Amino acid sequence: MTGLSYYDVPGPRGRMRIRIGSIVSAIVILGLIGAGLWQFGQQGQLAPEMWEPFTQWPIWSYLLNAYLTGTLAAAGLTVAMSAPLGVLFAVMRLSPVKVIRGIATVYIEVTRTLPVLLLIYAMLFGLPQYGINPPTIWKLAIPLTIANSGVIAEIVRAGILALPRGQEEAGLALGMTRGRAFASVVLPQALRSVTPSLVTQLVSLLKDTSLGYVLGFFELLQAGSVLSSYNYLLIQDYLVIALIYLVTNGILSFFAYRLRRWVDRRGIAPATTPQNRTA
Amino acid sequence: MLTPETVLGAIGTTLLIFVAAGVGSIVLGTLVTVARVSPIPLLRWAAFAYVQFFLNVPLLALLIIAVFALPYAGIIGPLLPTAIIALTVYEGAYVAEAVRSGVNTIARGQLEAARALGFGQMQTIGLVVVPQALRAVVQPIGNVMIALVMNTAQVAAIGIVEMTAVTNQLNQHLAQPILVYSGSGLAYMAIALVVGLAAGWVERRVAIKR
Repeated sequence: MTGLSYYDVPGPRGRMRIRIGSIVSAIVILGLIGAGLWQFGQQGQLAPEMWEPFTQWPIWSYLLNAYLTGTLAAAGLTVAMSAPLGVLFAVMRLSPVKVIRGIATVYIEVTRTLPVLLLIYAMLFGLPQYGINPPTIWKLAIPLTIANSGVIAEIVRAGILALPRGQEEAGLALGMTRGRAFASVVLPQALRSVTPSLVTQLVSLLKDTSLGYVLGFFELLQAGSVLSSYNYLLIQDYLVIALIYLVTNGILSFFAYRLRRWVDRRGIAPATTPQNRTA
Repeated sequence: MLTPETVLGAIGTTLLIFVAAGVGSIVLGTLVTVARVSPIPLLRWAAFAYVQFFLNVPLLALLIIAVFALPYAGIIGPLLPTAIIALTVYEGAYVAEAVRSGVNTIARGQLEAARALGFGQMQTIGLVVVPQALRAVVQPIGNVMIALVMNTAQVAAIGIVEMTAVTNQLNQHLAQPILVYSGSGLAYMAIALVVGLAAGWVERRVAIKR
């Protein structure tokens, strides 16, 4: 967010250059925004009556309903399934038993490189041929769970590995069994240190629920599609929906950022997630 | 009609989208990072706004806006380039995040050394900061590229005939869902594997050994 804080304090020439740079970039940025607005205005997309519906409550109530019963419901269902699975596969991948480790490694590496949309199409067009036809929300939540559990497993594993070995050893020294030491000493600390990464992954999941659009599942993006087939305000509808995603996910991202700083300051084991899926 | 050419063409389309958007997003993401660490506050702010927007808005929403909504504002282009541009600006934000994490790893002494050599701020960024930052984040950029391989599938939803779209056609034709969808999944895994191996190779080549 800030520049390199270790620049020299600029002298008179430096200040002049920064001022010129600021003016030039202001002209370019304002020019781009202006050109965009001009183009929209030319096509009549800025006319007040095209934005007027968004001052009415019914349209917001419709979108809110889509967000709560569609986007959040699908995300919630996915979290409920993929979080336990993710922890399970993280533990399995750290298992001393070769076969268990192998199964977890294959699962994680495979699921991390499959497009969610391909899995959704498989649920939509493939499975019904075998007589398997679950409700639409499951056709979205199951592919999302498959994709997210692998990522969560890698995040959690990174947290466990980052924790000093002494923590587990201290548990064992107190007479705990290995399972007990893991469950009440290692895992809680590991989870705490990776909470910021998990929140970031939640943002990614909330974005991916928009794939419900191709299923005709009633979530936020699909609501935009329904809405625009009624009012023909495609630009306005979809821009408002993008804005809703930006604000809600932006708040979560900011929360993750603050959480990361807090975790860093508390000196809880740093959790780097080299395998963290990034998009 | 489904011919082997259709399948090969679809694989070609997916690879074309991946390479074009991949190269584009690495260039764009690096430029955005330069803006983000520049001494000009307005550029830093604009780069931050850009990254936050694309990190928090779904790709499919962007594709739909670009393909279905923007034509109503008179902004219309051929389908495939439009999709590539949308993917490029989306993935560019993730590349920018990755490169910025590399900038943060650069030791203070590097900047002091640049200053001692009489480098100006742009020289410092261009000759000292960016080259080292990029070398430090080959693997993270590789992960963004693997995510891009998977994200290319989403252009099937806006009507581009690439691997995922042809998978559906093949399934309709052959009625062999397990075979067709796992075959397609294997193809995506193969591309991701090649990208991962390439990232590993590049990293070994450019890593700074200290």
